Amino acid sequence: MFRAHVLVCGGTGCTSSGSQKIIEALEKEIEKNGLEKEVGVVRTGCFGLCALGPIMIVYPEACFYSMVKEEDIPEIVSEHLLKGRIVTRLLYDETVTDEGIKALNDTDFYKKQYRVALRNCGVINPEDIDEYIGTRGYEALGTVLTQMKPDDVIQTVLDSGLRGRGGAGFPTGMKWKFASGNRGNVQKYVCCNADEGDPGAFMDRSVLEGDPHVVLEAMAIAGYAIGASQGYIYVRAEYPIAVERLQIAINQAREYGLLGKNIFDSGFDFDIDLRLGAGAFVCGEETALMTSIEGNRGEPRPRPPFPAVKGLFESPTILNNVETYANIPQIILNGAEWFASMGTEKSKGTKVFALGGKINNTGLVEIPMGTTLRTIIEEIGGGIPNGKKFKAAQTGGPSGGCIPAEHMDIPIDYDNLIAIGSMMGSGGLIVMDEDNCMVDIAKFFLEFTVDESCGKCTPCRIGTKRMYEILDKITKGQGEMEDIQKLEDLAYYIKDNALCGLGQTAPNPVLSTLRYFKDEYIAHVVDKKCPAGVCKDLLSYKIDEDKCKGCTLCAKVCPNNAIEGKVKEKHVIIQDKCIRCGACFEKCRFGAIYKE
Amino acid sequence: MKSLEELKAIREKMQGQVGFRSEDADQTRVVVGMATCGIASGARPVLTTMSDAVQKKGLQNVIVTQTGCIGLCQYEPIVEVMEPGKEKVTYVKMDSEKALEVVEQHLIRGQVVAKYTLSSTNL
Repeated sequence: MFRAHVLVCGGTGCTSSGSQKIIEALEKEIEKNGLEKEVGVVRTGCFGLCALGPIMIVYPEACFYSMVKEEDIPEIVSEHLLKGRIVTRLLYDETVTDEGIKALNDTDFYKKQYRVALRNCGVINPEDIDEYIGTRGYEALGTVLTQMKPDDVIQTVLDSGLRGRGGAGFPTGMKWKFASGNRGNVQKYVCCNADEGDPGAFMDRSVLEGDPHVVLEAMAIAGYAIGASQGYIYVRAEYPIAVERLQIAINQAREYGLLGKNIFDSGFDFDIDLRLGAGAFVCGEETALMTSIEGNRGEPRPRPPFPAVKGLFESPTILNNVETYANIPQIILNGAEWFASMGTEKSKGTKVFALGGKINNTGLVEIPMGTTLRTIIEEIGGGIPNGKKFKAAQTGGPSGGCIPAEHMDIPIDYDNLIAIGSMMGSGGLIVMDEDNCMVDIAKFFLEFTVDESCGKCTPCRIGTKRMYEILDKITKGQGEMEDIQKLEDLAYYIKDNALCGLGQTAPNPVLSTLRYFKDEYIAHVVDKKCPAGVCKDLLSYKIDEDKCKGCTLCAKVCPNNAIEGKVKEKHVIIQDKCIRCGACFEKCRFGAIYKE
Repeated sequence: MKSLEELKAIREKMQGQVGFRSEDADQTRVVVGMATCGIASGARPVLTTMSDAVQKKGLQNVIVTQTGCIGLCQYEPIVEVMEPGKEKVTYVKMDSEKALEVVEQHLIRGQVVAKYTLSSTNL
């Protein structure tokens, strides 16, 4: 037994900032000090505060070390682990107060969070099934198989009010109920959608990396509920850590007989296999995902028939998102009422958001439904860097829309977001400040959908391309007022006519920016100006003669020799030669260069 | 896995280890003096014995941690028990056996083992 545990984040964020090297250095240093029998090192999943990675937490003192470097390791080992003296300079500064060290759960980032889906992320070793069992893992599956009827399981999920966390928010229990008929007589499938493709979203990846067994357990429960014996997890090949840990988890579960034949001696058989996606966004759409599992090109097909009737290999199938599954075992263990007691009237439980963009605490947060955007951004997220002003938050990725500052106090749930023209989506939340151009943002998402459109239906294949061209024209200052109308007409046409969710939602970023930021579109079209100073073609860099000291730095960094001027004399930018790269703007020490 | 009992056995074995990774404001803190003087007089086995015992018994609200020299080097190994809202208890000249007694009597039953405390010695 260890008297101290050192938990190091092994999620993708911290791994890319070098946590693997830190673990190696830590193990070496611990051995050097003869502490290998006393101190255990655990590679966990994501702690959430990715902005401060690599992160390390030392228990029992619960010391949160942030931005740890390899060279800090000898000090942490010899001071903290050997002598018991906490290395205060490396602690997350919010936990250091005059009265001593503040508990992590009292910091702004963590105190308003409530972790259900992320319960084990950053707590257990995801590659050790025993640790998962130690936090009541597989107890829900055991209870379901030995004490509950399949219909009771479905009723519990229905009563909990759980809705799909992948984006559309369809009630999970209903989905299961639709697929539950004719148990035992037909082949059925349980699928997990881990093809997280929205730019800026990494909730599902973090669950898979930090707590892979929870998904396996929930899928087995779903299998029992609808009468399926086989499950598939469709996961992106770009998530190598998640794939590796899932495979380890599946192997361990099989070894323990928690997957396979006659689980818990109940006569129920269930197994799970992985299917790796090549990273096409459309494969996150349910019918395209199943087509891809079948071995065909990932293209959607019309619904109905819905997957609950005719899904994978033409059999009744349920498909749920990773985060949806991560809630299931907790609902079984704690009861539907417990889950339904959190959240708003029509959106129960909690939701995980991936905070990104112009925000201090980039990372992963889980909050009860109904929390306001203001709480997420100003309190949990720590506000906007550099004192800039909040402009909008983008939710739902390329299918969603923007929430402007005026709606910051609306409680976030499925229905409220749709009412203001955005959507929950899978939970990516990108924060934008006054330096972001909303037309440019709309163009960015449109470019993404143009790239990712599978091309099967005309409205999406051609329509999104035309929309992109109009946006491109506007950002180049060649737009006309009728273009804005055309853009809007086209958007509604595509929404009504596209085959699948990708096309039907693709115009959303345009529609929502048009709704809240039409003045920016008009500024691009009429005044030929980009108010945020982003669109290069509408921008010119100029030198303020009063501020220029003639230091020549700008002329030196200009890659196109567009700046002229002698030493100690005023400099001038030759507009015809300027490529608007902004290098001079960033380098000027006197603030003499401005954008117009 | 054939039964819930089998699962429960694994869970109970692991609970101490996983439950260890929590923080709670009402935790009882057990602090072992681990400066040179403490280590030289045998604080390390005291620390590991107490830490193991607390985890084995599943005492979720107790943390066993270490500190430096508190200045009473001749009384080392020293163990301090700090319960929220109560007077700090200082045990002196500890060894593994005494440590286990403290876990059993003080941490589990709530009875201070008076014979090992600093106040029982003649300073």
